[in-house]
Amino acid sequence: MLTIHNLKVTLDSEAGLVKAIDGLALAIQRGETFALVGESGCGKSMTALALMRLLPDNGQVTDGRVMIDATDVLGLPEAQMRGVRGGRIGMIFQEPATSLNPVMKVGDQIVEAIQAHTALRGEAARAKAVEWLRKVGIPEPERRINDYPFRMSGGQKQRVMIAMTLASEPDYLIADEPTTALDVTIQKQILDLLRDLQREQGMGLLLITHDLAVVSGMAHRVALMYAGQIIEVATAEAFFASPQHPYARALLQALPDADRRGQALAAIAGTVPPLTMQFSGCRFAPRCAFVQPQCHSTPPALVSDGDRQVRCLLLQPGGPGLGVAAQQAVPVTPTATSAATDAALLDVQDLRVRFPIRGGVLQRVRAHFDAVGGVSFQVPAGRTLALVGESGCGKTTTGKAVVQLLRRVATISGRALLEGQNLFDLQGEPLRRARRDVQIIFQDPFASLNPRMRVFDILEEGLAALQPDTTPADRRQRIERITDQVGLRREALERWPHEFSGGQRQRIAIARALAVSPKLIVCDEPTSALDVSVQAQILNLLRELQRELGVSYLFITHNIGVVEYIADVVAVMQAGRIVEQGSTADVLQRPRHAYTQTLLAAVPRLAQAV
Amino acid sequence: MSFKYVLLWTDAALWVLFAALAIYAVRIVRHPQLRATWTKVLRDPAALCSAMVLLLFLVITALDCVHFRRALPPTAGQAAGQVYFDTRAESLLDLALSRQIGMRETTYSAPLAYQAYTKQPVERDGQVVRELPRLLHGGAHLKNPAQDWSADVRGRSIGGAVLGLALAALCSVAAAWLLRHSHGGTRQAWRDIAADRTHLPVRAVLLMLTVICVLGGVVAALMGHYHVFGTDRTGNDVLVQTLKSVRTAFVIGSLSTLATLPIAITLGILAGYFRGWVDEVVQYLYTTLSSVPSVLLIAACVLMVQVGLDKHPEWFETGVERSDLKVFMLCAILGLTGWATLCRLVRAETLKLRELDFVQAATAFGISPARIMARHILPNVVHLVLITTVLSFSDLILYEAVLTYVGVGVDPSTSSFGGMINLARYEMSRDPVVWWSFISAFGFMVALVLAANLFADGVRDAFDPRSRALRPRLIPRKAVGP
Repeated sequence: MLTIHNLKVTLDSEAGLVKAIDGLALAIQRGETFALVGESGCGKSMTALALMRLLPDNGQVTDGRVMIDATDVLGLPEAQMRGVRGGRIGMIFQEPATSLNPVMKVGDQIVEAIQAHTALRGEAARAKAVEWLRKVGIPEPERRINDYPFRMSGGQKQRVMIAMTLASEPDYLIADEPTTALDVTIQKQILDLLRDLQREQGMGLLLITHDLAVVSGMAHRVALMYAGQIIEVATAEAFFASPQHPYARALLQALPDADRRGQALAAIAGTVPPLTMQFSGCRFAPRCAFVQPQCHSTPPALVSDGDRQVRCLLLQPGGPGLGVAAQQAVPVTPTATSAATDAALLDVQDLRVRFPIRGGVLQRVRAHFDAVGGVSFQVPAGRTLALVGESGCGKTTTGKAVVQLLRRVATISGRALLEGQNLFDLQGEPLRRARRDVQIIFQDPFASLNPRMRVFDILEEGLAALQPDTTPADRRQRIERITDQVGLRREALERWPHEFSGGQRQRIAIARALAVSPKLIVCDEPTSALDVSVQAQILNLLRELQRELGVSYLFITHNIGVVEYIADVVAVMQAGRIVEQGSTADVLQRPRHAYTQTLLAAVPRLAQAV
Repeated sequence: MSFKYVLLWTDAALWVLFAALAIYAVRIVRHPQLRATWTKVLRDPAALCSAMVLLLFLVITALDCVHFRRALPPTAGQAAGQVYFDTRAESLLDLALSRQIGMRETTYSAPLAYQAYTKQPVERDGQVVRELPRLLHGGAHLKNPAQDWSADVRGRSIGGAVLGLALAALCSVAAAWLLRHSHGGTRQAWRDIAADRTHLPVRAVLLMLTVICVLGGVVAALMGHYHVFGTDRTGNDVLVQTLKSVRTAFVIGSLSTLATLPIAITLGILAGYFRGWVDEVVQYLYTTLSSVPSVLLIAACVLMVQVGLDKHPEWFETGVERSDLKVFMLCAILGLTGWATLCRLVRAETLKLRELDFVQAATAFGISPARIMARHILPNVVHLVLITTVLSFSDLILYEAVLTYVGVGVDPSTSSFGGMINLARYEMSRDPVVWWSFISAFGFMVALVLAANLFADGVRDAFDPRSRALRPRLIPRKAVGP
């Protein structure tokens, strides 16, 4: 049994002492999958690192104990700790590309792990490595054992990583976001593999993830973390069937899916509090819909009730219960937007994008890489077309080509008609006018805003460039109106981007695109870098804006739940081509193409909708 | 007495630089993000103390940057109203050190000596004898030097040290008094400073100040009657030369770096942003440039400038102007030949930045490339430029010494550390060895370069988030109880 008692971890950061984990306790049995779930920054990865004694140099365990059976992990000398790491607890990391040594053959890396932790040497160790490669589903393991990691795909690298970790036969395995960097279909394969191996080896698996849907098919028990503490522990069935803690309820309701189309998602207002502060009450109280006065003054304890533990004052035995939520999601009847018609706003015909591959002394073009190989689709006015596909299928390239960001970079053929005008033919003044109509929102809210410009300057820049005839007073008025629309306070205009959280930055990016009153916004994975509760806020905002302003979205995403929620029309892309398109209901419920069927089958889903 | 103000090329450049520094300081105060970063620099005790040393050198430089020519007294036959000016241009520092400049001996004398270093034939009672003659100025006030010398030197040093200590103590009390509000009373503030419990490392500053004051006090007390660092072959005070060399070092260090900036930044950003053939050309340029041995290139350029200066004596009114223009040209040449490293860094950073989403967003707004480079890319490479500038400052000071030693550096009439070290080549090989010139140049140069390097380290740590991550605190602060 792996047990953690009252673990406290402190990080020394620029902003002060961060109490990353504050009194965490859990127990994992062999043969059990235990999921640690939470939004970014809640301390779940720190828990894994503290377990392995791999905390960064500025981090320290200030209190608590970690026991494997009868061994106190935190008290071991470093020499014995090396035997525990890998030998008793194995760990798989998020990014398979960086967790393998690029200049070592994969076989040698696995053999190294086997020799470090088992008695096998030489040929026997090698045979064991081959056997494990076969077990994790690498075809032709005798040949692939001599490959370098760059010859493998992302999913294969993660398989090798799993083989390497399990080859030393640990009792417990920590998987820290093992599939976050992978595509949905690969994710499904890796999760299936982990589940089978866990059952076969009888390991204890600590699965750390932010994705509730991944958990629901995998875990026996679930612990939900918030701001450095566990706030609810329950069996997976009980957790998904009837979550108790207000945060757990809100989180499950914030997930977008088909059933919530047309309604506002139950977004959780506000953001996670910084862990540098001292808490005098419940950490979730400022964002809680059921909050009572005593929640702000009394820190709740994790109270057991049967095999379920909840950290909430109101739900304690003898507590008042949750009562009625202060704010409830108001279901809105789906109303067609005023501008929504079936007439196409954007008509893309046979779009092909090729990137030149240069080489040689004179940098001559040697060959071409076809990123997009002839796609055609139409975005109806005032509606949303979702472009779905796995990484590398050309969906972002398509979006960037439509926004005219690939001129001079790639060879583009085909047509993109915006209200009858081919965007690729425009030059000079007409191009500038067209740029007003087509704008883009990016995935990474931290890279999409210039850190050296104030928010006002960021918003004004596009306006000044595309509508130079407006006066500064006009522009300020317009920017202030848009700031209100996207739900930012006006004082935000005088501040710098780094002062905002990810969700707020995404609002600024949306405001920047909206400032020039575009007819079409290309949304390139606008919510994939955000936490579930913040994702709901942004999706609500985008939906609201579409209803008010009648703007169309070309929504690029890999998240099927988001597609079900927001899209009217779907186009599924694979390897630079569209394999299937149609209305959202048609494509997602009655997929005809084999690839769409595979894709949809691979999407992890909550065991039971709440 | 009337005088004529003389503005030398390097004076102008340095004053522009000082003005730019002042403007940047105002910007730091106004800009919360910048202020936070620079506060981080100041919270590093080593960086703060080296900043003080640099500031001291900067004051010396500033004093040495105001040049003027005195009016000569009217002579017979001079037209009324016609004023002639001295052919020598002097600076405020010369004025402050006028006594030391006037204390000129005939040849070498050791530090604090009252008699010459080498025996000279002296006529005494009608006979010519070889002996160590008394110095003209050093220890000239002593009646019986053999007995009085050591007591006099000791008394003056102790007096100077005590005065210095008193000044430092006064500053400490003033510091405590200034901090009385945030620390609850002067006495408490004093205790907090002593225990190093202040926001900025005040204790380190005060210790540094004490060292400077004591050393300065001793030197100041002695320099009126002795040659503290001895004299050189022509009898000039070495202390004066060393102090005058500080300006040369500063000029070379700062102006050469500045001269690299326009080329390096412009070409680097252009290459990184446009890529393609522009990138090829720029890369070709700096690869070629860095394959030519730099000393050779600089020597060739300096000799060309030298010929030009020699052919046109009518360009200058005074010798100082001529040697100053040579220093200025040397800076320009160092700048023109030394931009490759920074250019490479800026190019790489631009290549990374241009793919970032905010640049793409600006492109989607149809903003012109020139504006994107100026507003989106330039401000985001400034931290690199700042770090490189501060780091290369000390390199260039050392480089000047090397070049002057090789013989292609500054004019022999300009005092410089390199020139002093070059002369020391002869002095160190004669017998008895003349070591003081070399040692004082060495000591001052090390102080200046070390201060610049420590300061640069502080700046890099504050501005480069990666270097901070790689150098974490070894012992984390203990968690403070509630």
